Amino acid sequence: MAGDGYLEWMRREGRIVIVGASLAGLRAAETLRKEGFTGSLTLIGDEPYEPYDRPPLSKQVLLGQTSADRTALPQRMEFDAHWRLGVAATGLDMANRRVRLADGDEVEYDRLLIATGVHARPWPHEAEADLDGVFVLRTRDDAAGLQRRLVGARRVLVIGAGFTGSEIASACRERGLPVTVVERAAAPLVGALGGVVGQAAAELQREHGVDLRCGLMVTGLEGDSAGRLRCAHLSDGTTVEADVAVVSLGATRNTAWLADSGLGAGPRGIACDAGCRAFDVRGIVTDDVFVAGDVARSPHALFGYQFLSLEHWGNAVAQAEIAAHNMISASSDRRPHLWVPAFWSSQFGVSIKSVGVPSLGEEILIAQGALAEHRFTGVYGYQGRVIAAVTFDQTKWLEFYQRQIETAAPFPPPFPTVDRRPEGLRPVPADFPDPSLPTHAPSVTLSGYSPTDRRITFTPVRA
Amino acid sequence: MTQATLLGQILDHANRADPYPLYAELRKTPVYREEDTNTYVVSNYWEIKGLLHDPRISSDARNLSPRAAGALPDQEEEESALPPTFLKLDPPEHDRLRRMTMRPFGPPETPRRVHNMRGELSKIVSDLIDDFGDREQIDLVDNFSYPFPVTVICRLLGIPREDEARFHTWADTIAASLDPDPSEDPTERRRIAQTARTDLGVYLAGLIDERRKAPGDDMLSALATEHGPDGQMSQMEVLSTAALLLIAGHETTVNLITNGMLTLLRNPDVLKRLRAEPQLAVPLVEELLRFEPPVQLLPQRTTLADIEVAGTTIPKGASLWLVLASGNRDPQRFLDPDRFDPDRKDNQHLGLGSGIHNCFGAPLARLEAQIALTELARRLDNPRLLEDPPPYRQNAVLRGPRHLNIAFDGCRP
Ligand SMILES: Cc1cc2nc3c(=O)[nH]c(=O)nc-3n(C[C@H](O)[C@H](O)[C@H](O)COP(=O)(O)OP(=O)(O)OC[C@H]3O[C@@H](n4cnc5c(N)ncnc54)[C@H](O)[C@@H]3O)c2cc1C
Repeated sequence: MAGDGYLEWMRREGRIVIVGASLAGLRAAETLRKEGFTGSLTLIGDEPYEPYDRPPLSKQVLLGQTSADRTALPQRMEFDAHWRLGVAATGLDMANRRVRLADGDEVEYDRLLIATGVHARPWPHEAEADLDGVFVLRTRDDAAGLQRRLVGARRVLVIGAGFTGSEIASACRERGLPVTVVERAAAPLVGALGGVVGQAAAELQREHGVDLRCGLMVTGLEGDSAGRLRCAHLSDGTTVEADVAVVSLGATRNTAWLADSGLGAGPRGIACDAGCRAFDVRGIVTDDVFVAGDVARSPHALFGYQFLSLEHWGNAVAQAEIAAHNMISASSDRRPHLWVPAFWSSQFGVSIKSVGVPSLGEEILIAQGALAEHRFTGVYGYQGRVIAAVTFDQTKWLEFYQRQIETAAPFPPPFPTVDRRPEGLRPVPADFPDPSLPTHAPSVTLSGYSPTDRRITFTPVRA
Repeated sequence: MTQATLLGQILDHANRADPYPLYAELRKTPVYREEDTNTYVVSNYWEIKGLLHDPRISSDARNLSPRAAGALPDQEEEESALPPTFLKLDPPEHDRLRRMTMRPFGPPETPRRVHNMRGELSKIVSDLIDDFGDREQIDLVDNFSYPFPVTVICRLLGIPREDEARFHTWADTIAASLDPDPSEDPTERRRIAQTARTDLGVYLAGLIDERRKAPGDDMLSALATEHGPDGQMSQMEVLSTAALLLIAGHETTVNLITNGMLTLLRNPDVLKRLRAEPQLAVPLVEELLRFEPPVQLLPQRTTLADIEVAGTTIPKGASLWLVLASGNRDPQRFLDPDRFDPDRKDNQHLGLGSGIHNCFGAPLARLEAQIALTELARRLDNPRLLEDPPPYRQNAVLRGPRHLNIAFDGCRP
């Protein structure tokens, strides 16, 4: 068959280009080689570094336990590739299968994998964002700069109490630095885990000496005459004196370079099918452009086929492996990416893990342990079934709840468990903020309509 | 083979040397029910794994329904005045006691304790092997596998050297009581064990008092004096925890080392490799924990609700047995499971359990076995089995040879 012949040729001497040389890009490259791809492989990354790991940046690096340049991702195998680091992809010509680079070069491909991830949402006022002492935290350079500046800092202001912001606050407290956290929502982590768990997170922060101010916004940052951050103004009219501020307002997907390419890419990411094949703007699936990692959003059977984008480490790895496999496989051998979302964080001495999509939950039941002890398992329900679970220092139970999610088990769970407390006898509203209001940092974004909605809304690019 | 006899056969000492064909039979009925005792036996890897993480499963015997008597004839008779150890408790009590015990033992508070014992462990091992003298034949169990872990526990708990011998005697007596010899008079045996328990308890209580006044950096001092976020252990809790560390940390390691040497002698090519590449010890011990786990099954769990496992409903309060050793040989999970293969990839065995009750002493047990087997392989010249299979202990749960008579041409320095 002609199609098979092409595939054979592709596997043997085709050209595969990966844009985004970080976690997803690296794991995809390894998988391609492991599965027998012998053609040319090019990895394009705008950062000058070999792939490195981001989770330690807000944890061990800020604590000074390791330095930012020691976070290189371990390579699982030696493989042959053409690395083009320190140069950004600036455009995509789908018709002629070319990627344009910032240095004017163009790279041709037979198959393309896009793994450009996300970048930290910057402070919206440019002049204020440029003040000395104002940081975001996404890259190795960000982490190195921030870690240097924390030495001798007088007070650190963290703007936004999502996972990253909370981890930064935790690291600062562990270093003994005074920290103020300002969060627009009623508690930390509410975008990701809801208000019930958020309250427990708030207590945790306060017990560790964080000056936590919720229900407030930072309205402006002010510098001194030398352009150094001096203080921040809050929406309640108060001021916080701080010489370091970390803007932790969530992330924006790296898709700007794909504008006008004809690919279905936008601020919410690049839509793809369950096999990681990207959609074009007409909603037609491509067969030579694949996506993986934080930048991708794909429909998930367990969650009503809504499109999910996950900013989760494990998802990036799993999706990259599936994408790589599918890129060089016949359609009958392709596999769907049906990863159950799973996320971990560690802050204030507590290990937080979640599976499923908590933000889809309407209600939560504290199935084991107690919120007040900061050691519990919360189970989220959606329309009578288990949709997610979160644990604070109770990781070992998570596997059970993952199976409950996978089998659409009924919610609330009709059975008793060990360590069920009186507060776990009845579910309560999970208390997520109105989804139409943007939150700083949900680590899962639901960005589609459920098929039962049957609605189409036309949203012009410029209103 | 009729199903009703399967459990009986597994418990029957005649099948102790090779229970694996029976486990294979058992796996054909993933949830096997023994009518008389209301015991449900689970033998497949994935089902066991799931149940080890299932919060509807309790380790607290108080949740057993009165009907579920348990099929183990002379189940360990730890009847004593001590409160139950965390092995037999559910959260939150389990978590609290285990956390407090972990503080002086492992990460995050004491990450290097086990690692730092490496030199001492090697020394104990060398001394024991030196003691073989110019004999060319030994019983590995009596001359090596038994004394080694007890000595280690003495050092860990901070038992003074001059008391180690007494401690060994009590430990041996208690251990023997866990492995009843049917030819002995049970009343007499129970009395002897009870006396040993009492003597050991009195001794430990005295030692704890001393440590309270003048703490050292041993575990007993830490358990007796530390005020962590969970508060302090009561005297009784310290005692029962110390007894748990002694029994659990010792019974199992004996079998791990003995089973290990037996397996190596049956696989001379692997023994030869270990001699040449000592770093093989790490994956080798993992494979051993899969292939011949010292704890064959967990017989003391029960259900808090009716739960469905592989199409069978296990009723609330049933006695639940999880046959770890069978899960470890489940062909649905492990390729060629009856082959001993230290190069096995993805070896997520159940040998140390999983979930909240996973083996507390695992890091120490692993290190003890690695050092012991590497040293035996290195120093014994041409070792060979004198009896295969060797005589086994009575116990079906803590399974291992009672004696392992081996010969060799000499001991290298
Ligand atoms: C501080 C921090 C802490 C985290 N902690 C956790 C955690 O505890 N648990 C967890 O599950 N997840 C955590 N994450 C998330 C996790 O790191 C991400 O999910 C993961 O990095 C996603 O990998 P990726 O390869 O898809 O994207 P990225 O790692 O974002 O990589 C994308 C790469 O593409 C490059 N790129 C972008 N545009 C272009 C272009 N046009 N041309 C060339 N290159 C381009 C980017 O510079 C980047 O190097 C954390 C993230 C951060 C930042």
